Amino acid sequence: MKIPTSIYRNTVLMLATGLALVIGIAAHASRDYIQIVGSSTVYPFATVVAENFGKTTEFGTPIIESTGSGGGMKLFCAGVGAEHPDITNASRRIKASEFEKCQANGVTDIIEVKVGYDGIVLGNSSEAEPFNLSRRDIFLALAKEIPDPAGGEKLIENPHVTWQDVNRELPSIKIEVLGPPPTSGTRDAFSELALEGGCKTFKWIKSMKKTDKTAYKKLCHTIREDGLYIEAGENDNLIVQKLRENPHAMGIFGFSFLDQNSDVIQGAAIDGVEPEFETIADGSYPVSRPIYFYAKKAHVGMTPGIREYLDAFTDEAAWGDEGYLADKGLIPMPAAERMKFRTDAQNLNPMSM
Amino acid sequence: MSQVEIIQRGIRRRYVVEGMFRACGLSALICGVVFLAFLLITTFVKGYTALQQTYIGLDITPMEEDFDGAVTEETLRRADYGALIKRSLREAFPDVTRRKEKKTLYRLVSSGAQHELRQKLVQNPGLVGQTTTFWVLADDEVDMYMKGNVNVSIPEKKRRFKDHAIELTKRLVQQDRIQLRFNTPFFSRGDSREPEQAGIKGAAMGSLFAILVTMLLSFPVGIAAAIYLQEFAKTNRFTDFIEVNINNLAAVPSIIFGLLGLAIFINLFGLPRSIPLVGGMVLALMTLPTIIISSRAALAAVPPSIREAALGIGASPVQTVLHHVLPLAMPGMMTGAIIGLAQAMGETAPLLMIGMVAFIVDIPGSPLDPGTALPVQIYLWADSPERAFVERTSAAIIILLLFLSLVNGLIVVLRKKFEKRW
Repeated sequence: MKIPTSIYRNTVLMLATGLALVIGIAAHASRDYIQIVGSSTVYPFATVVAENFGKTTEFGTPIIESTGSGGGMKLFCAGVGAEHPDITNASRRIKASEFEKCQANGVTDIIEVKVGYDGIVLGNSSEAEPFNLSRRDIFLALAKEIPDPAGGEKLIENPHVTWQDVNRELPSIKIEVLGPPPTSGTRDAFSELALEGGCKTFKWIKSMKKTDKTAYKKLCHTIREDGLYIEAGENDNLIVQKLRENPHAMGIFGFSFLDQNSDVIQGAAIDGVEPEFETIADGSYPVSRPIYFYAKKAHVGMTPGIREYLDAFTDEAAWGDEGYLADKGLIPMPAAERMKFRTDAQNLNPMSM
Repeated sequence: MSQVEIIQRGIRRRYVVEGMFRACGLSALICGVVFLAFLLITTFVKGYTALQQTYIGLDITPMEEDFDGAVTEETLRRADYGALIKRSLREAFPDVTRRKEKKTLYRLVSSGAQHELRQKLVQNPGLVGQTTTFWVLADDEVDMYMKGNVNVSIPEKKRRFKDHAIELTKRLVQQDRIQLRFNTPFFSRGDSREPEQAGIKGAAMGSLFAILVTMLLSFPVGIAAAIYLQEFAKTNRFTDFIEVNINNLAAVPSIIFGLLGLAIFINLFGLPRSIPLVGGMVLALMTLPTIIISSRAALAAVPPSIREAALGIGASPVQTVLHHVLPLAMPGMMTGAIIGLAQAMGETAPLLMIGMVAFIVDIPGSPLDPGTALPVQIYLWADSPERAFVERTSAAIIILLLFLSLVNGLIVVLRKKFEKRW
């Protein structure tokens, strides 16, 4: 094996071509496909729409990254141009601070589309007894600090070890809840809807909201860290699998995972309401949240297909009561609300905060 | 006590120690083998079923009126193939009349079937007007049922696949209209949110392009750096500093390289997100330290006598290295490079930062089209709620493992072929 001296020339040549290539691509940076970022909760729905859109129109299939709601907003609000995403998904509404940042970076006209609702389920293995919990039970079982059961306006470290400690009517099984980590939007929503919902059933805590909002939030949103709440990562499938193996454990996951695995896991009734399609849709199941996506008006006409994507997503065949998104576990909005957001999307009406 | 007695007394203890040491080593080995076997067996058992896919045979008669009266390319593209499939299902099950039951019936067929049908008719418009049996993909739940992954003993209310769907599927089996066939879509398609339509090709092509870019960048640069550092650079503070840094970089968590790639290639150079070119460049940065270190070790292993002999008969230092040292060090360098590339093949973390962990349906045709990679595909499928993705995930793992063992096999062959002994 003999290596000729020309290897130097070749290497230099190759590096030069590489660099030229990189600069060349950067100069021509324009996209002919829609780029979408954002929440992992909206991801399973947005991907179905994107795939369908790619198959039924002449446009390329949009590409969708699951970056989390916050991460998505950051990328989305970074500016206008092909290097920035066209659409971001969010499992909560855009925050005022994010909206301002968008404005400051030139992303002035944002089209807001509410997609529907997503239920958060507290469930366990079908082999175990189904639970019936109130939000107060959930707060007393999972909060870091709770009011002293002996009475008075004093806070103590959560002493409860079994569900029976929380509420006499519950079984005497050790509290063991698998749930998402603090970075997750599902966790935020669960804290806000389930824990805070139970937290404010204490009158003196509720009045605290007006006097000391930070302390109120800290008390109502902080989940215990003594090992009874187990952070199981962002992968809901993993939680489902662990619940199958351990009938004593409970888990927190999105409704679509209950829907797909209803043969092995069951959802706990919260405040007497079972997590079902209908109960989430009519709002009687308390732990559900709206999900959204946001599109840049400035990119309409620049990236081909945005208008058509908005149209495809807001089509009754997609997000309607009988649409294919409902099959994937999305809880549709009432018809009138769907109408409103569809007209807004079609006319590209920008939102205001 | 004589010397012999002392030795004899200790001899038993020495045997015991030796035996224990060997037992430790053996049990460590067995432990490793058991874990490996467990991993391989569970993956294989879960994944091999993905080699087959359920198809439903439908007698479809496309009529001219389905194409607005005239069969042209335009009407062939636009026609409602979903309606054609539904009509054929209704004809096959004339007794299914109630709305809800019909819905169950329509759902037996994959939502992608209409696109398949469109493709077939666009390619072959002569099929209009005659009845042909088309084999279309069945829905993932039918597929799971046919493969025995639906537990029918539990109450219907808790099952997604309802009794009526089971009954209809059984009737399809009786009519010989259901078949398990080799799963070509899995090897020829990109990602999909419908398990029965999801394929690995998009991710495989993405991986291939990224690895090609990585190879083209990291191999020449790494080897050039190693040769310079090992053969030409003077040992001083500066080169020591560089050496320490290279060794450090080899141990840096891979996600850091992703952040670096995001900052340089995407934010500074303005390259698009999610393209295998950027992925390959990031992976090249990650594999460079590995290649440099192993290449330097390979160069250092070439005996000085070779260099001295070359210099002695009048070769210049460059000639010495290129004509004599490099050929001898090449097998070792190749091994290092391939190990680095194999490692890069299995990375997801750096790709996360540059947008390659994404839902991408279209199969990339060049390193400039958006694409994912094999390990990313595994990660995304493992995170999907649909049950049928379990077998796909395992099948994708098997493919990645096969690919890696192929690469490792290549290393062994290359080493055997070029190895020199002194």
